[in-house]
Amino acid sequence: MRIVACVKQVPDTWSEKRLDPADQTLDRAAADGVIDELDTYAVEEALRLKESHEGSTVVVLGMGPVPAAESLRKALTMGADEAVHVVDDALHGSDALATSLVLAKAIEHVGYDLVVLGSESTDARMGVMAAMLAERLGVPQASLASKVEVDGSMLRVQRTTANGQASIEAPLPAVVSVLEKINEPRYPSFKGIMAAKSKPMSTLSLADLGIDPSSVGLAAAATVVVDSMQRPPRGERTIVNDEGDGGMRIAEFLATQKLL
Amino acid sequence: MAEVLVLADVVDGAVGKPTFELLTIANRLGSPVAIVAGNASSEIVEKLGSYGASTVLTSDDEVLASVTAGVVTLLESVVAARSPIAVLLASTAQGKEIAGRLGVRLDAGVLTDAVDVVASDGGVVVEQSVFGGSTVVHARATRGVPIITVRPNSVTPVESPVSPAVEAVSVAVEGQHAKVISQAAAAVGGRPGLTEASVVVAGGRGVGAAEKFALIEELADVLSAAVGASRAATDAGWYPHAAQVGQTGVTVAPQLYIACGISGAIQHRAGMQTAKTIVAINKDAEAPIFELADFGVVGDLHVVVPQLIDEIRKRKG
Repeated sequence: MRIVACVKQVPDTWSEKRLDPADQTLDRAAADGVIDELDTYAVEEALRLKESHEGSTVVVLGMGPVPAAESLRKALTMGADEAVHVVDDALHGSDALATSLVLAKAIEHVGYDLVVLGSESTDARMGVMAAMLAERLGVPQASLASKVEVDGSMLRVQRTTANGQASIEAPLPAVVSVLEKINEPRYPSFKGIMAAKSKPMSTLSLADLGIDPSSVGLAAAATVVVDSMQRPPRGERTIVNDEGDGGMRIAEFLATQKLL
Repeated sequence: MAEVLVLADVVDGAVGKPTFELLTIANRLGSPVAIVAGNASSEIVEKLGSYGASTVLTSDDEVLASVTAGVVTLLESVVAARSPIAVLLASTAQGKEIAGRLGVRLDAGVLTDAVDVVASDGGVVVEQSVFGGSTVVHARATRGVPIITVRPNSVTPVESPVSPAVEAVSVAVEGQHAKVISQAAAAVGGRPGLTEASVVVAGGRGVGAAEKFALIEELADVLSAAVGASRAATDAGWYPHAAQVGQTGVTVAPQLYIACGISGAIQHRAGMQTAKTIVAINKDAEAPIFELADFGVVGDLHVVVPQLIDEIRKRKG
């Protein structure tokens, strides 16, 4: 089985993020870039499927500026077999539709039976990439999996969210996105770190994928940010020390706010 | 009047509150047309009409209930036939799956997790709350019909009763698809769903143990609230992962959020910052959660919460 795990480099989850005032895109220079934490679950799940299905390979795929290669290297140290990095200046500001176009072309280029993604990216947080990729590739998708099994050519997925649970079946090839509760991503071992140095990492340009640069990037986006602003600080805050009446004071506050 | 297409979310034969919220928004933008992917009973039609759906489109093809890709094809044909000014869906797993596929199919702009949608000269504009609620963004689609998913609880449903015209639509579902084999709503012990609840009571590291979450649940129950938890609490195994509020968990935007023993790391704030009113109880006066709180008590939640529960019970008689 050939498994492609998609990886995005994002500003550190724990950092404050902001939009670049010039073009309303994410200011990626304002915070350290790291592998998206949610994608590490996708890499881990891909590795587990590889380990339970003999003869499988895991390819990690990422799109982004040159430094994004760091996130792909991280995935190689975890145990992925090869990495593919789509990098092209024309990609800056690409929206989800353009991103899905590029990733789908790259996935077809690489070859796949199963594509695994994180549930969403921690920066844009749209959570639509699995569906968009599946639509572009013309294959089924199951998103937000809390359990993934491959039985022959059938993908079986459990989805458990705050709103309920579902069992989903789809024939391969397919696209799946996984929730963070699905597994515990491994830390790269020393051996893994050493082995990663000799693993293949290739780069692809838009020309390599046969994509017209004018169909991607900020100018081709199907959505545009009209304006953005920092949320104004919340109104009046009241912080009190509990002097034996803390609970009653909260109740009083809730009553005055008509929340009781 | 311009039509706004709303995908109704029918679970176990009933329409949920998120759909009424979508209809309320659609009613402000134009004439709401609700589409039910599956059988629509007269009760469902009446319910949709009570929130302003002037037309209800039904498709009694049972396969649509289990095949998301079929719903996409249905929406595609309805958009082509009726040229609505926007398509509104709930920001749920299924809503986003459908929105993503439909966006590619129609090469149209997809806007997710809107907290408000308004009409403007250039078409429909959505308000989104990004980067953990620290930034407010207004965005619109530049081509195609805007496909918008709206976060539950973003607006208060407003009744606007009409008698809907009912029209049957049909679609051919072909090819290989993912199929939902079984489905069940979350067993939440009578509590509302986390994303739909008007009030959320959440516990964090300060709760101290799995069995102490009973206190958080008790407070939730006197307020008819859902129970959430911080990542520290779910990682410790004190409460199920499904209840985790935060950047890597569920995003909630209730009327009232009560954070008990939660420090308020950015990870957590990302999931609850847009709550209308925030109350925090924490032992540490320096905890960042107090920067967000409209009302905060520096104290031990194991003392404050029982008193709060008693006081609410007294006031509610």
